[in-house]
Amino acid sequence: MSIKIALAGNPNCGKTTLFNALTGSNQFVGNWPGVTVEKKEGKLKGHKDVTIMDLPGIYSLSPYTLEEVVARNYLINEKPDAIINIVDGTNIERNLYLSTQILELGIPVIMAVNMMDIVEKSGDKIYVDKLSKKIGCEVVEISALKGTGIQKAAEKAVALAQKNKTSIPVHEFTKDAEDIIERVEDKLVGVVPDAQRRFFAIKLLEKDDKIQDQMNTSVDVSKEIAEMEEKFDDDTESIITNERYTYISSIIGECLKKDRKEKLTTSDKIDKIVTNRWLALPIFAAVMWLVYFVSVTTVGDIATGWANDGVFGDGWHLFGIGTASYTEVADEYTDAETIVNGFLDYESEQGVDVESVQTALDSEADDYDPAAAKAALTEFATTISDADTATYSVVDEETMADEEVTSTGADFQEAVATMDKYDYTAPDPADYGVWIPGIPVLVENVLDKVGCAEWLRGLILDGIVAGLGAVLGFVPQILILFIFLAFLEGCGYMARVAFIMDRVFRKFGLSGKSFIPMLIGSGCGVPGIMASRTIENERDRRMTIMTTTFIPCGAKLPFIAMVAGAIFGGASWVAPSAYFLGIAAIICSGIILKKTKMFAGDPAPFVMELPAYHMPTIGSVLRSMWERGWSFIKKAGTIILVSTIAVWFTTYFGVMDGKFQMLSEDQIDYSILATIGKAICWIFIPQGWGNWQATVASVTGLVAKENIVGTLGILYGGGDASVYATMGAAFTAVSGYSFLAFNLLCAPCFAAMGAIKREMNNTKWFWTAVGYQCGFAYLVSLVVNQIGGLFTGAGFSIWTIVAIAVIVAFIYLLARPYKESQTLNVSVKTSRAK
Amino acid sequence: MKTLREVACGQTVTVKKLSGAGPVKRRIMDMGITKGVSIYVRKVAPLGDPIEVTVRGYELSLRKADAEMIEVE
Repeated sequence: MSIKIALAGNPNCGKTTLFNALTGSNQFVGNWPGVTVEKKEGKLKGHKDVTIMDLPGIYSLSPYTLEEVVARNYLINEKPDAIINIVDGTNIERNLYLSTQILELGIPVIMAVNMMDIVEKSGDKIYVDKLSKKIGCEVVEISALKGTGIQKAAEKAVALAQKNKTSIPVHEFTKDAEDIIERVEDKLVGVVPDAQRRFFAIKLLEKDDKIQDQMNTSVDVSKEIAEMEEKFDDDTESIITNERYTYISSIIGECLKKDRKEKLTTSDKIDKIVTNRWLALPIFAAVMWLVYFVSVTTVGDIATGWANDGVFGDGWHLFGIGTASYTEVADEYTDAETIVNGFLDYESEQGVDVESVQTALDSEADDYDPAAAKAALTEFATTISDADTATYSVVDEETMADEEVTSTGADFQEAVATMDKYDYTAPDPADYGVWIPGIPVLVENVLDKVGCAEWLRGLILDGIVAGLGAVLGFVPQILILFIFLAFLEGCGYMARVAFIMDRVFRKFGLSGKSFIPMLIGSGCGVPGIMASRTIENERDRRMTIMTTTFIPCGAKLPFIAMVAGAIFGGASWVAPSAYFLGIAAIICSGIILKKTKMFAGDPAPFVMELPAYHMPTIGSVLRSMWERGWSFIKKAGTIILVSTIAVWFTTYFGVMDGKFQMLSEDQIDYSILATIGKAICWIFIPQGWGNWQATVASVTGLVAKENIVGTLGILYGGGDASVYATMGAAFTAVSGYSFLAFNLLCAPCFAAMGAIKREMNNTKWFWTAVGYQCGFAYLVSLVVNQIGGLFTGAGFSIWTIVAIAVIVAFIYLLARPYKESQTLNVSVKTSRAK
Repeated sequence: MKTLREVACGQTVTVKKLSGAGPVKRRIMDMGITKGVSIYVRKVAPLGDPIEVTVRGYELSLRKADAEMIEVE
């Protein structure tokens, strides 16, 4: 016979630790259907037929928070065979409040009083026998962290489930209240199962708006409610809550003996410093800086570089040994090459015929021969004297910026000597340290060996392997970030982050905890979105997911630099303005969205427990890190892979010379993507950049934002003028900024979209988020171009009117009044557990 | 009538009455702030809101706007 046992308890009571201890690695982590609440189940160690369900941490069974609705629907509908109610022994009074509600459900309950080791250490004493008698179920003492008592608790729960003996609540309210409850219970005979009558009776009296869904027949209790409210001069909901706490207060004296001495605990001492009026902000800034510094700037950057350029690039040095010396010689060689090529370009411009030398030096040609290169260059070098100078332009690979450089003949001779030193062959990283080739290189070798068709080779290398790289390349950074977040959550500081930042963020409908996703999002949106998981309230969480990527991430920086350089002549205000734009977009979106129907629907009181500080275990931190990293791979992987392949296909295939064929990188003009771009670029006419090049670049930016630079480099390059000059001519300052604004605010890269899909856990919400981002970007860039155009003399048109209408609507949406809802608008399905 | 909002840091007060209704009130009560319970106001957040109180032996933070619903003496 299979048995289902549910774990129920308050947040921060050690429920997850107990769950991990009971199930070990035998877990299934997912989401409750359609909502962002995490769902965990596992098999009890040593009992294959016992399923343990970890319910969300809750304080009550009210109808107002998503977690509570999820938990109670599960308990009512799925009727687990037993409930283990975990109670934090150090905070027993409030924890028992939930217990009084759980005991009314008509399910066998066993109470596990957790953190007994801390209770004993503090000198307090809990009288388990008395507690058991007063609460009406068996009570065991455990320490989930130390592993004591948990086996006993599990065995008792299994035995209880097998006996199927319902726990009968023994707590009593005042007589007046009990009489009324009893009368409602009598009305429910035959309507709901006998054991659940008290639960339903109380919920009906509380005017719970979600309880009717759970009942087949409706029962009218308005008379009883009116009577109760009159007798107690309060609303029924408050009366019942009061009664519960009154009962707990009446028994707590017998069950718990507190150590008399009022002394400061370690946690109190830490808190005195950490959330001190003056020190809180500097400490907060320091913690955030550390998180950012490690997970984005240093270790995270190295890990991402390793994953993207190493494992999914050319290859990497084992333990990094040899990287430094290789980089040094590689740079030396590249610099020498740049000077030599620059000189050749310059001479060629002066009318000297150097074509044969250039051909001989083309190291990318298939028939490149170092000996021939040496001969050709040595001969050419004799014509250059030390006093000669050459001016040529050098293009930065990342931003496509070009720079005029002047070198002397002496530099040239030195460069020739350097190339001579390396025998006219670029240094091979495999000669330095232990070189491990990247996956694309390995795959390429295999494909070359089997003589694979060109298109299939492209599909595998540029489509599938690159797509996999896009998925897995983010994983190391996500793992590093989640070590931090799991630690901050586990030790209790995360709640203080919300406490400190609440005042700022609640103004625009976000949680204080939204700060971390936004901060991380300035490095990379993918872990930024994943970090929103730490926000408890679903509304805040969804809003944070939708707005986090407005902050320019690291991949957008080369693009910003390109626009600043090519269109704004390198103006220094462009980059900071991108950040201001992002922050403004978050603030405005927050205010607008919080007033929309879809968000105003949920009440979000900020009444939050600040749990005691404690050191999380390494195991729990690592487990949380791994679960989140894995869920990203699993849930976000497919969408990233498929869309990367789709964009690869449309970029590298098209009709050229009258036939459909595979294209090389610089033939993108003929690609399917270019055709699509030409067909749809009119959409962006009001934005001022309705040309297909900008449209195509925006699409390739969806694969990865830095691709915009590469694509524009190809599309605007190739002519006589530099990429920057051509691009500068194609855009005005106004349309250029509109183009920048659109690409900063529109849907992020596929990887981030995958993360959004994973975190929203709901197709409708995923499309809402992406649709909102694109729509917002479209309107902002439209306004930038039209209003900017007015001031720069572009004249008045129908689009100007549209832009003004957008602004008016925008101000209205920002300023309109709104009222927080009093009910939770969500339907939670509880499908039967797998 | 004095509300929790006006209580200075370091003071202990007793709850007399809770005004308001709906989710916020229920949540406040669920967290253990009910009639007759004593509340110690520990501190105010560095930006001036919310506040942190000790109630029923644990730390709770709530916004000043919500603290206004709690009448104390």
